[in-house]
Amino acid sequence: MEPLTCSERALASHAPSFARGFTRRQILQTSAVAAGGWLGPVANVLAQRAEKTVGSEPAQSVILLWLAGGPSQLETFDPHGGARISGDTRAISTAAPGIELAAGFARLAEQMQHVSLVRSLVSKEGDHERGTYLAKTGYRPDPTLVHPSIGAICCHQLPVGPTEIPRHVSILPNQWPARGGFLGNQFDAFKTFDPASPVPDVRSHVSSERQAQRLADQQVIERSFAVGRRQPTEATRHSAMIGEARAMMTSPQLKAFEVGDEPAALRASYGDTPFGRGCLAARRLIEQGVRCVEVTLAGWDSHVNNHETHRRLIEALDPALAALIADLQARELLDRTVVLCGGEFGRTPAINRLDGRDHWPHGFSMALAGGGLRGGQVIGATDPAGGRKVEDPRSVADIHATVLTALGIDPQHKETAPAGRPIQLSEGTPIQGLLKTKTLLPPGEGGERQLTG
Amino acid sequence: MLFLGLAPQPNRPPKQDVVELTAEIHGDDFLASVAHINTAFRRQWSSAGIQPAERAPAAAIARRISLALAGTIPSLEELRRFEAEDSSLPSWLSGILVDRRASDYLAERLARATVGVQDGPFLIYRRRRFVSWLADELQANRPFDQIVRSLIAEEGLWTDHPSTNFITVTINPEDNAGPNENALAARVSRAFLGVRLDCAECHDHPFRPWKQADFQSLAAFFGQTQQTFTGIRDREGEFEVEDATTGNAHVVAPRVPFAAELLLEDGDRRARLANWITHPANDAFARVTVNRAWAILFGRPLVEPVDDIPRDDELPEMLRLLADDFVAHDLDFRRLLAVIASTEVFALDSRHPLADAEDLAAWQKVDAAWGAFPITRLRPEQVVGSLLQAASLRTINRDSHILVRFARAVGQNEFIERYGDSGEEEFQPQGGAIPQRLLLMNGKLVEEKTKDSLLANAASRIASLAPDDETAVEVAYLSCLSRRPSPEETAHFQQCLSATTGGERRERLGDLYWSLINSTEFSWNH
Repeated sequence: MEPLTCSERALASHAPSFARGFTRRQILQTSAVAAGGWLGPVANVLAQRAEKTVGSEPAQSVILLWLAGGPSQLETFDPHGGARISGDTRAISTAAPGIELAAGFARLAEQMQHVSLVRSLVSKEGDHERGTYLAKTGYRPDPTLVHPSIGAICCHQLPVGPTEIPRHVSILPNQWPARGGFLGNQFDAFKTFDPASPVPDVRSHVSSERQAQRLADQQVIERSFAVGRRQPTEATRHSAMIGEARAMMTSPQLKAFEVGDEPAALRASYGDTPFGRGCLAARRLIEQGVRCVEVTLAGWDSHVNNHETHRRLIEALDPALAALIADLQARELLDRTVVLCGGEFGRTPAINRLDGRDHWPHGFSMALAGGGLRGGQVIGATDPAGGRKVEDPRSVADIHATVLTALGIDPQHKETAPAGRPIQLSEGTPIQGLLKTKTLLPPGEGGERQLTG
Repeated sequence: MLFLGLAPQPNRPPKQDVVELTAEIHGDDFLASVAHINTAFRRQWSSAGIQPAERAPAAAIARRISLALAGTIPSLEELRRFEAEDSSLPSWLSGILVDRRASDYLAERLARATVGVQDGPFLIYRRRRFVSWLADELQANRPFDQIVRSLIAEEGLWTDHPSTNFITVTINPEDNAGPNENALAARVSRAFLGVRLDCAECHDHPFRPWKQADFQSLAAFFGQTQQTFTGIRDREGEFEVEDATTGNAHVVAPRVPFAAELLLEDGDRRARLANWITHPANDAFARVTVNRAWAILFGRPLVEPVDDIPRDDELPEMLRLLADDFVAHDLDFRRLLAVIASTEVFALDSRHPLADAEDLAAWQKVDAAWGAFPITRLRPEQVVGSLLQAASLRTINRDSHILVRFARAVGQNEFIERYGDSGEEEFQPQGGAIPQRLLLMNGKLVEEKTKDSLLANAASRIASLAPDDETAVEVAYLSCLSRRPSPEETAHFQQCLSATTGGERRERLGDLYWSLINSTEFSWNH
């Protein structure tokens, strides 16, 4: 290819193959966009998925409120008020008859008709990194493979639509943000911080004309480097990422990160905390077609002073989670958005000598709301005496299968990992008690079941 | 090439230690070590039916060495000297290996595996002192087993015995429980045994024969280690483990997970563990060290992940050969790095005919067999180090002006935080990400380093001082990419510069710098 002259440079920057790093499925989508507006193809996809999901339209997005460090089930979603193991943590009643939350969740209690709790999660991962991997991917760590996080699966499986900003976003990430795994780094979550500050580095320092010239010049250097290195250079996705970065820089959808545009009262209802602002930004982002937003609230690793640690964090969690559900409901977005809230494991029923609780993967909780899932339900129960015996035990993979099902994605669908290895999106079983209608699975496979703890 | 005051200085006498190391690299014993590895790779290529890549240009190899060992690209000044000295790679390699910059940089890389990247407990943990101690040890080229024995078994205060920070980093000041035995066992097993034994902290290892009991027994070697007024000491006492269900405590005795015959009967627990780990007959230690050294040089370990080494039957021959050679040469870490960097496989071009073909599987086969130099993502500090070096025609090192070094440190830290430090998981294969591209396209540091500034930026200086357009383009390429432009590139950028003067010309050079810095070639090792 001839190198561009300076006068031709500005033109080159409009070349579509450069402007975006298209995957094949994106190109299919985009050509359909050109043919008839973006609603056409999306409507088709929705219609196809509706055939499988009898009764209601599947959800479009996931918001994961990630409680990093392992929150105590007893101080959050599974209080055993009055029992010895409660450590004097009280239980409060909620809008859902018979369902109690730990003291401190007054706001969430009002929304409980929309929220279901799975209290019988069991896993074998008591290490933060491994537990986080399991919770985010639905798989145990495997030295031969990195599994994609649920947000990466959503982005990979669901149509792109007109979204120009990253469709997988991690707000306030800790050291293990959601990853694309074997689906590719392009599905990694885009990391951003407290929405009180603008998204960093999205404004060019030079005029758009000069910027276009610089990028065209950069392509001259790229072409030279790619000779003899085409495949590994493409695998770096460096140029594709520049294209995506440019699309993002020029997109009006960037405004979705600016929570300051929201009315003061609404902002206040989420709580004046980085996490509260993160949850509000999450709602704005999914309105722009972002598929998965992960908002992290870290610090739950309460080996010392468990109760005080939880009290402080719940002050941020309760208003944000409750306001998010109410806000989504008010905007008629709750049915198309799955809200999932939990951490990598729970904490020991026994309180240690430093008033802390240690890691406990043998019976912990997650909360789910929206996405067409049933609210006001409780799945399973832990032993009030603090033993390992759990009623109706569920795996983290079952949560994944449930969320995927709500999104109209078949958990049994297989994607090809390196070395041609077919990997199911989730090996879990959807929790039927949370699904409104029979979906996807043939009769007999998805029924209630008992795992041996 | 005499402009910019950067005439080569061919007559400058090299330092004595460079001369010695260069002589060692030319010696028979060293060449025999390298030849073993070369033979093993040739055998691998031929049995896989692979034609390896050609040898890479000397400047490309020099760039790899500089990035891996000093964390930055060569300066224009260094490249000029390299070319003036007939592009001799042994003396280039020696020059970098004995340079304090390499000790500082390698110490930071090794610190990731030993103490991690977090700040750790205030007052009782001094990471910077630890890294600087490690750098001193590497600079003195102390045998690697001695360094590691000191890490594991040293007693005393974290201030005047900095290796004890390996212990103090695990202390949680709030729990009053002293050093965390489990955290230490996990570190030791990953960093020095190449076993991810910490999976067995909570359950038996899913793929290897490690049991939860093995992990607890390893942790028991740290069971008598305490934080006292005189620093880290070993006292009497037993290591007790609380059963998660019953809450009952039971005593766990120290025991090693394999090769128990190498463990001394007597002595302090930590000293016994340190001796056992570094025992010449315990191959695990040399193997994981070799795998890490390889990863530092290539950007990709011989076996992945870097700290989970398979036992004998699945072990690549090269890893075994290098580990045996490392042990046979008294665990001389500098020599190990030099051997790896002197192999044929390290000198292969990253270009390969099959990389341009349509057949993905054929290329993957070449790549998997190390038939071409792998293209890997540079680490954040390598990117920022290169960025700052490219913007300065002279070498930035310990001799640089204090303000230059200060600006470097400040700009560097902010950049690294934003670019996203992968921390301890530094060798996980990764592609590019949007935030990194945004940072290099629009970030403050790149803006500062490419804008018109005769005092601060190479681009402006080149624009003003280069005698002609062709030279200006060439100097910019050498400064950023350590190579000369292709004829097409020269033609393109000459045209961009032609007939420009003054501010406009400096702006154009700044734009060229921006384009070079934003290329794949700049941000990736190749």
